[in-house]
Formats: sequence, structure tokens, C-alpha cells
Amino acid sequence: MHSRYEVVIGLEVHVQLTTKTKIFCGCSKDFGQEPNSQTCPVCLGLPGALPVLNKQVVEYAIKTGLATNHQIAPHSIFARKNYFYPDLPKGYQISQFELPICEHGWLNIETEAGGKKRIGITRIHMEEDAGKLTHGGASGSLVDLNRACTPLLEVVSEPDMRSADEAIAYLKQLHQIVMYLGVCDGNLEEGSFRCDANVSIRPKGQKELGTRAELKNLNSFRFIKQAIEYEVERQADLLDEGGKVVQETRLFDADTGMSRSMRSKEEAHDYRYFPDPDLVPLVVDEAWIERVRAELPELPEVKRQRYVEQLGLPEYDAGVLAAERAVAEYFEALVALHGQPKICSNWVMGEVLRALKESDGTIADCPLSPELLAGLLGRIADNTISNKIAKTVFEEIWRSGKSADQVIEEQGLKQVTDTGAIEAILDEIIAANLDQFAELKGGKDKLTGFFVGQVMKLSKGKANPGMVNQLIQKKISE
Amino acid sequence: MKLTREEVEHVARLSRLSLEAAEIDALTGQMDQLLGYVEKLNELDTDEIVPTAHAVPLENAFRADEIRPSLGLERALQNAPQTEASCFVVPKVIE
Repeated sequence: MHSRYEVVIGLEVHVQLTTKTKIFCGCSKDFGQEPNSQTCPVCLGLPGALPVLNKQVVEYAIKTGLATNHQIAPHSIFARKNYFYPDLPKGYQISQFELPICEHGWLNIETEAGGKKRIGITRIHMEEDAGKLTHGGASGSLVDLNRACTPLLEVVSEPDMRSADEAIAYLKQLHQIVMYLGVCDGNLEEGSFRCDANVSIRPKGQKELGTRAELKNLNSFRFIKQAIEYEVERQADLLDEGGKVVQETRLFDADTGMSRSMRSKEEAHDYRYFPDPDLVPLVVDEAWIERVRAELPELPEVKRQRYVEQLGLPEYDAGVLAAERAVAEYFEALVALHGQPKICSNWVMGEVLRALKESDGTIADCPLSPELLAGLLGRIADNTISNKIAKTVFEEIWRSGKSADQVIEEQGLKQVTDTGAIEAILDEIIAANLDQFAELKGGKDKLTGFFVGQVMKLSKGKANPGMVNQLIQKKISE
Repeated sequence: MKLTREEVEHVARLSRLSLEAAEIDALTGQMDQLLGYVEKLNELDTDEIVPTAHAVPLENAFRADEIRPSLGLERALQNAPQTEASCFVVPKVIE
């Protein structure tokens, strides 16, 4: 690596909102419909059509702003960003420039060293998405305007990140938050959460920022990391050879792991912003802000901390369980029923999430409600079944949706806690393995496992392992 | 202020206008006069005045997040000079 340089990264994230309709018209914004079937005079940019702001978009912007520690502007306006491109039928994009709805936010990320680092967020503004172009048409480029006018929040960070890992940590944090809030479906591949990275490097100790390149087309966390790392190397090589970094947009190609220049930006940045006369100013009063604040869910960072401090979970467990709101809610429902947070955590992470992963489902597809799982854990806690048998029962509940009690009853899995019955089995095994038992008695403790194993096998797993252990000790000392 | 020829060329390029040299000369003079007229505003003291985005005293015109029927594919595309695969066709754009 080029240790002479310091890496500086700023990120622009486009968050597509989960509203039913577009930002300035009533067209549905369903993904994957026939091209241009979800368009109207407003999103087609027909002359005379007037945009009207979707109130839900403002609501989501305030929500996201509060969850990321922003100040919500009491007064904000929309602007026209002018440029010519066929994906933009009006010849301008409606966005916010001066006076965006949210400013001066921040997020904390966990650094590799285990500490926390605050990443500043300059602003969040509302804007409309452009249409989609495909270049493979027989007669030219093809324009689909279904996506035109889809509501976006653009979240612009400060250039506060110093490595690809920090950039990813910030993005994952932001991604978790918008998913928690329910304002975005978080699908990177479908473009619901898009990231552009501004990357520059400078000799260590230098104050001024280096010339930056803007990386686009980053549709997975892995590609974002790859693209940033490639870009840092490319710029360092350039500088090492006495060259200069040019300000440009570069398109990342996931197949080659490299990026190529898209267009030089000499003139592209002359967007001639001005207030859009078609949209009246937006005024958000204190009561509105406080109402949204009161409705915010507990956010992932706070949840993680609470799991560690109040429930006594390890950091790792807390991180896994709090990553997704639905998983956290499942876990919390389970703890409310069963108590014993660490045991609940083990089952949710070890069994529920594993089984979901195998069946390629999400927690919403989980056939085991927290109630069913709590029923199973209850039977372990009261020694009706062993942990081992419980896993078999778990699989059966997963398949059939029956209760733990029903499965245990039907399959005769009730643990044998009758001392006499277990002792009888143990005696049988000792009789068949007299030599080993003599060695065990002689102090070869390792053989305890052998005898426990044999009893479990013969009892088909139904003997209570604790009791088996006790009985073996009793036999040794006899 | 004095508007330069280069500035006029730049603005023309952004507006996708191709102008003859004589037109640029004529426009440079005319646009300079226009700007000079607007510049009169600079004679006023506006230090205490908040920038005006809109002249009409209106705010917060909202729409509820409710789906309304779209135009339908046929009507949406009816004015397009050329279509293919339910899309508008434009001259090939190279990124």
C-alpha cells in the first residue's frame, strides 16, 4: 500500500423511498412494470403539467433527518437543476439546493480498532429520480420513464472517511437506519440504495484536499469496497509517476474490478440552479418535527447498546440481533416470553437465522413464531427434553408448525429423568465395558465422556445428561 | 458589468444552441444590455432582506400518497416520433 498518502472519502447516497406514489404525481412507483406504463403528464414532462409534492416524502425526509441527528429546516425550497440528458424529459431535475430540508447531521461508526468515530453528514435533500436509459435498442437508446419522478433522499456526507472500511461501516449504518425507519426497502441491486463515492488522496500531513474522482455504479457493499480500493491505488500510482488526478466521473465494472472514465466534468457542473416556481416553499413547524420524533423506533445503535448493558449479551450477539429491525423484534418478543436473553440469543442466531439462511428466507418467512420457540425453550428449561433433542424438535416444529409439547408427546421424546431407569442403562454399559470402567475408576477422567455418550446413545438421547454425569460419579466413588 | 463573447458561447452550449459568429456578436450586445438593466437592482440596499424564492405568499401545497391512474402506455407514447419495446427512442447516447 501507498503509506505516503492519506485517503479521503465522501459519500453521496440516494435512498429511494417506499412511498406508494411518485414525489410530484400520483403514478405508482412499483418496480418491474412494463416500460412507460406508469407515467402521466407530470413525470413525462409534458408542457403545462404541474408538480404537487407528496406529503409522505416530507414525512420520510424528516424521519431520516432526525434519525441521523440533523437539524430540520423550518423553511426549505425546491430548485431546478438544469441539464440535458434524455432520461430527464423536462430538461431539469427538481431537487433542493439552497435551503435543503435537513442539515448538519452525523452518524457514529465503529472503527476497526474498536472505537467510535463520528462521520459528519452535510445535508439530506429531497429530489426526483430520472428515467432509465438502455443502450441496446435497434434504432437508438431506449427511454423508460417509469422511474422518472420517483422520490429520493440524497444523503451527502462530509469527506470524513479515511479508508474503504470506514466508508462501508458508514454505509451499513445508514442502510440499517433507513430500513429500521421503513422509509427504504434497502435493495442495493435494484437501486433502492445507491452510492456514489468521492475519492481523493493527499500526501500525509497536507491540509488541502486532493483532486477527487467520483465513482458510480456501485450496487453492492463488496463492489463499493473494491471500487474505492482500486481507485486509491490508481490515484497513488498516478501521483507516484508524477502525474495528476483529473476530476472526473468513473464507472466501476464489477466483472473486471476496474473503473473507466465516463465523462470529464469541465462543463457538466454548470447546473444553473434556481428556485422552482412551480413548487411553493415548504414550512415544517416544531409540532410536526416533534410528532415525527416521538414516532421514531429505537435505532440500531441504541438497541445494540441496550442489549449489551441491560440484557448482558456479548457485543457480537447484540450486533447480529440488532442489525435488522424484524429480527430484533422477534428476539425481543422471545425474551419477553422466556427471559434468559443469552439463551434466546443463542437460539435465534444459531437456529432461527441459520434455518432461514438455508431456506433463503427472511424473518418474515419464519414458520416458528416467538411463541412456538418460547414453548420449546420452556421444555428445555424444565428438563422435559435435553438441548440436543430440542434441536430435533425445533426442526419438526419448523416443518409442521406444531407446538413443542405436541411434537414431544407424539414422538415420545420426553427426557428420562427417572434415576432408576438411567441407572439401569448405565449398569448395562458398565457390565459390557468393565476394562474401561476400571480405568475410569483408576483416574482416567477422559472416559467419563465415553460413558455419557453410550448412555445417551442407548437412551436415544432422552437421558438427562446432567443426571447421567452424576450417576457415573456415584458409581466411581462406590 | 461587461458580458464576454466566451460567456455567451458557454451559455449557448449549455442550451444546445448553435449560433453563427454574427449572432453571437449581436447577442453579446443585447444580453449585456439586459443584464445592465437588471443590475439597477444593485442600487438598492438589500442587506436586511431575506432572498425571495417565491413572490406569492403560499406554502405547503401537498398531495396525499395515493395512487391515481397513469396515462396508459398508448397515450403516453402517442406523441413519440419513434418507439421500440414500449420505450421512447432517442438518438444513441454514449455514456
